[in-house]
Amino acid sequence: MELILSKYNYWIYIVLMMIGFYAMIGKRNLVKKLVGMNIFQTAIILYFISTGAKRGATIPIVEHGHGEAMQAIHAAHYANPLPHVLMLTTIVVMVSTFGVALALIIMIYRRYRTLEEDEILELRK
Amino acid sequence: MTTSPFPILIIVVPLISAFFIPIIGWWRRGLCYPLVIVALSISVLSSIFILHMVVEQGTIHYYLGNWDPPWGIEYVIDHLNAFVAIIVSVISLIIAISSRRSVERELPEKIVYFYCLFLLQVTGLLGIVVTGDMFNLYVFLEIASLAGYALIAIGEDGAPFASFNYMIYGTIGACFYLLGVGYLYVTTGSLNMADLSKILPDLYHSKVVLMAFAFFIVGVGLKMALFPMHVWLPDAYTYAPSAVSALVAPLMTKVGAYVMIRIIFTVFGPNFSMELIPATTILCWVAAMAILFGCILALGQTDLKRMLAYVLIAEVGYIALGVGLANKAGLTGAILHILNDALMMACLFLVVGAIMYKGGLRNIHQFKCLHRKMPITMAAFTVAALSVIGIPPTCGFFSKWYLVLGAIDANRWLFVAILLIGSLISAILFFRVIENIYFEPADYAHNGGEHGEIAIDEAPLSMLIPILITTAGILLLGILSGKIVSIIIQFAVPAGL
Amino acid sequence: MEVVSSTRPLLAISVSVLAALFILLTGERRRNLRELWTILASLAKFSIVASMIPIVLAGKIIECTIIDLSPGIALQFRVDAFGIFFGTLASALWIATSIFSIGYMRGLNARAQTRYFFCFAFALNGALGVAFAGNLLTLFIFYEILTISTFPLVAHRETPEAIMGGRKYLAYLLTGAALVFFSMGLTYHLTGTLDFVGGGFLQGQGPSNILRLLFVTFILGFGTKAALIPIHEWLPTAMVAPTPVSALLHAVAVVKAGVFCVLRVVLYVFGPQLLSDLNLWLILAYFASFTIIVSGMLALAQDNLKRRLAFSTINNLAIIIMGAALLSPSAIIGGIFHIAGHGFMKITLFFVAGAIYVKTQKENVSELDGIGRAMPITMGSFAIGAMGIAGTPPVVGFISKWYLCLGSLEAKEIVFLFVLLTSVLLDIAYFFPIIYNSFFNRPQGRVNSGFDEASMLMVIPLTVCAIISVILGIAPDAFFHFFGIATLAAKNILGIC
Repeated sequence: MELILSKYNYWIYIVLMMIGFYAMIGKRNLVKKLVGMNIFQTAIILYFISTGAKRGATIPIVEHGHGEAMQAIHAAHYANPLPHVLMLTTIVVMVSTFGVALALIIMIYRRYRTLEEDEILELRK
Repeated sequence: MTTSPFPILIIVVPLISAFFIPIIGWWRRGLCYPLVIVALSISVLSSIFILHMVVEQGTIHYYLGNWDPPWGIEYVIDHLNAFVAIIVSVISLIIAISSRRSVERELPEKIVYFYCLFLLQVTGLLGIVVTGDMFNLYVFLEIASLAGYALIAIGEDGAPFASFNYMIYGTIGACFYLLGVGYLYVTTGSLNMADLSKILPDLYHSKVVLMAFAFFIVGVGLKMALFPMHVWLPDAYTYAPSAVSALVAPLMTKVGAYVMIRIIFTVFGPNFSMELIPATTILCWVAAMAILFGCILALGQTDLKRMLAYVLIAEVGYIALGVGLANKAGLTGAILHILNDALMMACLFLVVGAIMYKGGLRNIHQFKCLHRKMPITMAAFTVAALSVIGIPPTCGFFSKWYLVLGAIDANRWLFVAILLIGSLISAILFFRVIENIYFEPADYAHNGGEHGEIAIDEAPLSMLIPILITTAGILLLGILSGKIVSIIIQFAVPAGL
Repeated sequence: MEVVSSTRPLLAISVSVLAALFILLTGERRRNLRELWTILASLAKFSIVASMIPIVLAGKIIECTIIDLSPGIALQFRVDAFGIFFGTLASALWIATSIFSIGYMRGLNARAQTRYFFCFAFALNGALGVAFAGNLLTLFIFYEILTISTFPLVAHRETPEAIMGGRKYLAYLLTGAALVFFSMGLTYHLTGTLDFVGGGFLQGQGPSNILRLLFVTFILGFGTKAALIPIHEWLPTAMVAPTPVSALLHAVAVVKAGVFCVLRVVLYVFGPQLLSDLNLWLILAYFASFTIIVSGMLALAQDNLKRRLAFSTINNLAIIIMGAALLSPSAIIGGIFHIAGHGFMKITLFFVAGAIYVKTQKENVSELDGIGRAMPITMGSFAIGAMGIAGTPPVVGFISKWYLCLGSLEAKEIVFLFVLLTSVLLDIAYFFPIIYNSFFNRPQGRVNSGFDEASMLMVIPLTVCAIISVILGIAPDAFFHFFGIATLAAKNILGIC
């Protein structure tokens, strides 16, 4: 219980990821697969963001005032910005994946008039 | 730190050209093709230059935006990178040259988009190869994959669905890779490969590092279509336009294999996967299954393109086997096979493209008497097929030679047997096709006579010359493989092995 | 041993590659020019090889290193006594066969003649490469070239039967090659070198059980090409090939290359000392004896003339291997000399079979009654060849058998003397009825009692071969210095310089 509560952010991301993974593999409808894919990716983003967070920390902007140049900077006072920056890039990747996927789904629908995987497989024979 | 701009030129030139192509194509459609050729030629020249520099001076470091690593992104080019970069850029240039006519015929409406995506794909592949940063690698991986999904989807009837499937698997692979990066970052606080390789040995016993390793292997395995994660590949490569399969088939899986080598041997270090966990042993077994399944499933195909897709799965198995053997000879074989297989697959898929261009044929039973119609193309096919089987003096033999040596050195007799059985099955596979091409049924010959009415009808020169270049490469690189190993590959293999 | 470096071996090998290219370019339309290439190449090849004989006889070795193929292994030609022996034989008989081929192919108006002559020239390149190879890897490269280039020749008629024969041929030989490949890898693993050394280089290089395994895989691998029973099945089936192919390739180049490789392995890789230490020579000798007796009996049961000759070939190949396995000086001389002796005699017999087929379309022994009256020269030559095979003086077969008998006495193994004598009896049993029937029985059916020989292009080569086998029987050192070279080779192997 202790383990679950103290690391609840990881558990949430794992549950979310599993939901997404199930939808991608288990669902027969292509749009549901796509939704699953989005949940899956979002879970990973959540994970990254949560690793950068610190209790009581502030945004990582270091102010340089006059005469304060010698002041030591304590990393513990600032949230880690790097995961956030990485995730900005990942979100871009994710959105473009999503866009390509939607375009593919439109093409598939135009061709087969359905989005159910088993019906498409039936039609392709 | 080097100030020479070549490492970044390799990527930037195709990337910027990819953005210019829609603009130029909007103005003059005919200019797209020359622009692609010029951009890729610059990439080829810079990668040749880099290889030369690496061979002369050793590893090159290039700091992107002048940020010192491990904070900034660093491009590190050692012998392995330089070698793979040259393969990727040269093969993509060859494919680009040959693509002109087949794109004009297969996708007359979409020439501009095709070349734009083509360059993006190449950018992604080259980026994966030159970067020294784990997250940067992910970004390039996704650039290459996204361009790949789109390129495959413009193919024939089943293509969008095949591409969608590919995308589902590809995204899972990429996300797993990303998770691996996350886990490593959490434990080490670094994303730089060189930095990671220094920090990681102290953390070998951490469960998180182990998880990261597992995520990396599964993620990259999905991208490189390592058995049993290959299910997306046959459909995707069969339905793709022929110019696209000729680009994706030789390069995408090989670059995946490169990433695998990089992660196992550079980032984690050979000790981790050999001594602490039996990862390399598992990899060997998986690879052995890949070889057998790929070859056997290929036997059941009558569509040449699909057959080649299954052969490709087996070829990935060969590379993975060399990686899994994790000794000097085995890894040399794996790295050499990246080159050889890229050449062989490029040649074979180009031949398929030429056949489809000339007659729309793809079923091997329709190939009767094709050697009269397209003698040069068929000769090229035969050479490439012999190379896949591993007949000397073609290059395919020499990578198998190192692989067999590696398996013997590792005392793994079973894998020696599997390597040889794989060769024998591919002999059946390809001689079935060769028989169809060259031998004529008796009645056919009696009617047709000695100077049958079949006239020579080869593919246009722009397709024929790339085929001939790859064929010459297959023959020459076989003989030159000793030189390649002694100049480049022996330095690419980690010293500890 | 003085080493001379010269490019002559390379020249001798590449002449036929050039010829093959010219043949391909000339094509079907200018067949006379095409045939001219074949003849010119065969003459050029023979004169280059012949020019090396005096150098080798003077006790020197000609070496030609081209490029490193793998660390410690170069693509290297080394012409020693044994190599020049086989090289001379193959290139001399190529002249006869090219002339005969032209007569045969035109007489039958066969199709795809360009492919036929192309592959033939290529096969010769393989045979000569095998002869001159300085290490196992070079040998293997040319061994495979020989295998692959012979496949289209075996399946040349393109009937279902011929294609089956071709498939069987490939299946056997590629499996054998896979075993050789493995053994080669193991040898390199044990010793780090593959260069041939007279007297062997494996001594003390590994545990004796591993060496025994290595010997078995080597012999099984090369033994497929040397058609040892029970791995001989491809050879009788391959008799569907046109007769000149059976003549040169299945009496000289291909199967003799197999025997040559077996001898190379036995005498230059393992060496007499190691073989007697491990007691392997006795096993090999018994294995060969088994083949000798069984193939002799099987030959009796064949009605198809070419199949009967095929089994006789198997018989004689095993005799050569037995000679080498006995490891005594006379036996080795006899064995090596029999390569040449049997070559000349057997090629005569095959030429006769071809001439009969072209003239009368008869293939079976039972149909040959009285044919000697119409074709006296042909059948006379057949009689000489057959007598020679049975070891009757003054034909060349007598000399080799005499030395082999001496050798088995020297080895103090009386059993093998009996094996040899039994095989002589069997030879008489399967050949003499043919001679008797063809001259003394009345022809069945249509009687053509007049003189009716095949075309001169066929009769001259076969007569010349028959005459040479008689001359070699009287003066074994005539023309080619075969006997001197064989003695020299035996001395090199046994280390008595």
